[in-house]
Amino acid sequence: MTRSRTKGYGGGNPLVYLIALIVVALTVGPVLYGALGGFRTNAQLAADPTGLPDPWVLDNYTGVLTNEAFWRYALNSTVIAVITTGVTVIFGVMAAYPLARYEFRGREALFMVFVLGLLFPAAVAIIPLFILITRDLSMANTWWGVALPQAAFALPMTVVILRPFLMALPKEIEEAAMIDGSSRIGVFWRILLPLCVPGLITVGVLAFIGSWNAYLLPLLLLQGEMRTLPLGVADYSTEYSADTAGVLAFTTIAMIPALVLFLALQKRIVSGLQGAVKG
Amino acid sequence: MAHEVTDPAPAAVSGHDAPAARRAIARRAARRSGAPGGRRSDAWRKRLEIALFVAPALALIALFVAWPVASAVRFSVYRWKGFGPLEDFVGFDNYVSVLTDDVFQGAVGHNFIIVFGSILLQLPLGLGIALLLNRDMWGRGLLRTIIFVPYVLAEVIAGVVWFQLLQPQYGMVDAIMSGIGLDPPAQGWLGTPDHALWVVLLVLTWKYLGLAVILFLAGLQGVPEELYESAQLDGASWWQVQRSITIPLLGPTIRTWCFLSMIGSLQLFDMVWILTGGGPANATTTMATFLVNQGTDRQNYGIAGAASVILFVISFAMAVAYQFFILRRDTMTERRTRKAAA
Repeated sequence: MTRSRTKGYGGGNPLVYLIALIVVALTVGPVLYGALGGFRTNAQLAADPTGLPDPWVLDNYTGVLTNEAFWRYALNSTVIAVITTGVTVIFGVMAAYPLARYEFRGREALFMVFVLGLLFPAAVAIIPLFILITRDLSMANTWWGVALPQAAFALPMTVVILRPFLMALPKEIEEAAMIDGSSRIGVFWRILLPLCVPGLITVGVLAFIGSWNAYLLPLLLLQGEMRTLPLGVADYSTEYSADTAGVLAFTTIAMIPALVLFLALQKRIVSGLQGAVKG
Repeated sequence: MAHEVTDPAPAAVSGHDAPAARRAIARRAARRSGAPGGRRSDAWRKRLEIALFVAPALALIALFVAWPVASAVRFSVYRWKGFGPLEDFVGFDNYVSVLTDDVFQGAVGHNFIIVFGSILLQLPLGLGIALLLNRDMWGRGLLRTIIFVPYVLAEVIAGVVWFQLLQPQYGMVDAIMSGIGLDPPAQGWLGTPDHALWVVLLVLTWKYLGLAVILFLAGLQGVPEELYESAQLDGASWWQVQRSITIPLLGPTIRTWCFLSMIGSLQLFDMVWILTGGGPANATTTMATFLVNQGTDRQNYGIAGAASVILFVISFAMAVAYQFFILRRDTMTERRTRKAAA
């Protein structure tokens, strides 16, 4: 017996496709408007806001791509996201390991510290954080000054996702390796870590996208040359508000990295979010 | 995900008498560390390992999360403009002035409109789209990808595009409306105090609907196929099946999603800052934009601290209440089914 994937009430009728089409149009419409608007001139945009490019102009896009500031912002965004991801994943898996695989008194209490961390949104701490980083640590306008707090706020979720992941690995792994004379740290490093790479990728992607899209903390901490892409996009759109086509081209190009990353790692992102909801 | 990693269990201890093997291993391990005093040094070694592993994460959280939150509480009882020592102790004055401030009261109201508005809009829309996409139809995978795109974009980037779309007169939204004979407001949708908050709500719905759909779809995958088949055999219509089987089974997913949505709405900052900056005439201020404004532009750190604490208390109270009244049902039903199964 062949079983179809149709979940019983299958198939699309025309009405279903029509609704789907409307949903798609409303979802991608704004993104497409931005991308197409970047190929038009401001005169075209003013004359007919809803029209297609006629003729297509590349100037806006080449303007952005030859703009040194754009590349500077992209570099800052990348470095900050890479540091945030690295610190989050390394510190996160280190903390999750004893919480998952060691038996000790106070283990659940220690885990609760991380769970409580989930309850503090960045907005609550933002002003003192700004003072701490600019005055006490003199790390304003540096990559690390943004990346470390971002990692700190991402860590609770990372530990909460990774702990059950590490717990699910069979106990026998450690025991067998320890007969062979490995230390616990050796087991962690050589055996458990490679086994939880899928989980590490999930939390890593979540940390990366969170950092890449972040606005509030960079807004308070970074100026001038050190700004990230979201800050660059926002400032460009206010500084050159008359140049709508230029703003649209700038915004569209700034979207591309997140979209590419998403398309490449779609399954991981979605399973990570689902894991977070189930957990 | 766990099934991917359970396979490489070492062959030596897998099989029917795993517990016996484990006992043997424990014995051998004990013998190995059986030197006099070995036990105690082992315990210390274990404690040291735990400390070393957990310390970096805890240190980072202590420095960049716990300390700033504690500082916010400390600032909130002083009048402090950011220079000199904290010495002008004012007790609860800052709290009184924040709570009696019309702008802050408005901000709390706006946050709650966004909290409830988001759920009331996204829940039916998200459910509808998820049920639609759960059918076997052409291009389903592509549709799922597309609907998730806005969620992946930065709020700032989505905000800048929508800001352009909503420009008075020259923006696409106004052009389309005039094209079909409707009259957009002269100040633009974002420039009219009566409309601005609702427009922000609609843009947020556009941005976050994809998350609801993806999570609901994942929940739908947990509904056993046999249920649909037997319901179909009994002659239930599609709608009857959805209403009496699918949606109740999605309950836990829906409740968790509502919780995430609520917490996100209470902290709303980026989208408002880009679209309206809290204006026009404070019509879209949120608690977060209020406290950032007080803390940066005006350097009223005491006021900002008090507003932070109030934001936290409101979020925490909502989280606890939600946990108590709504999420508790999930654990209770779980317990009940477990008891029934036993």
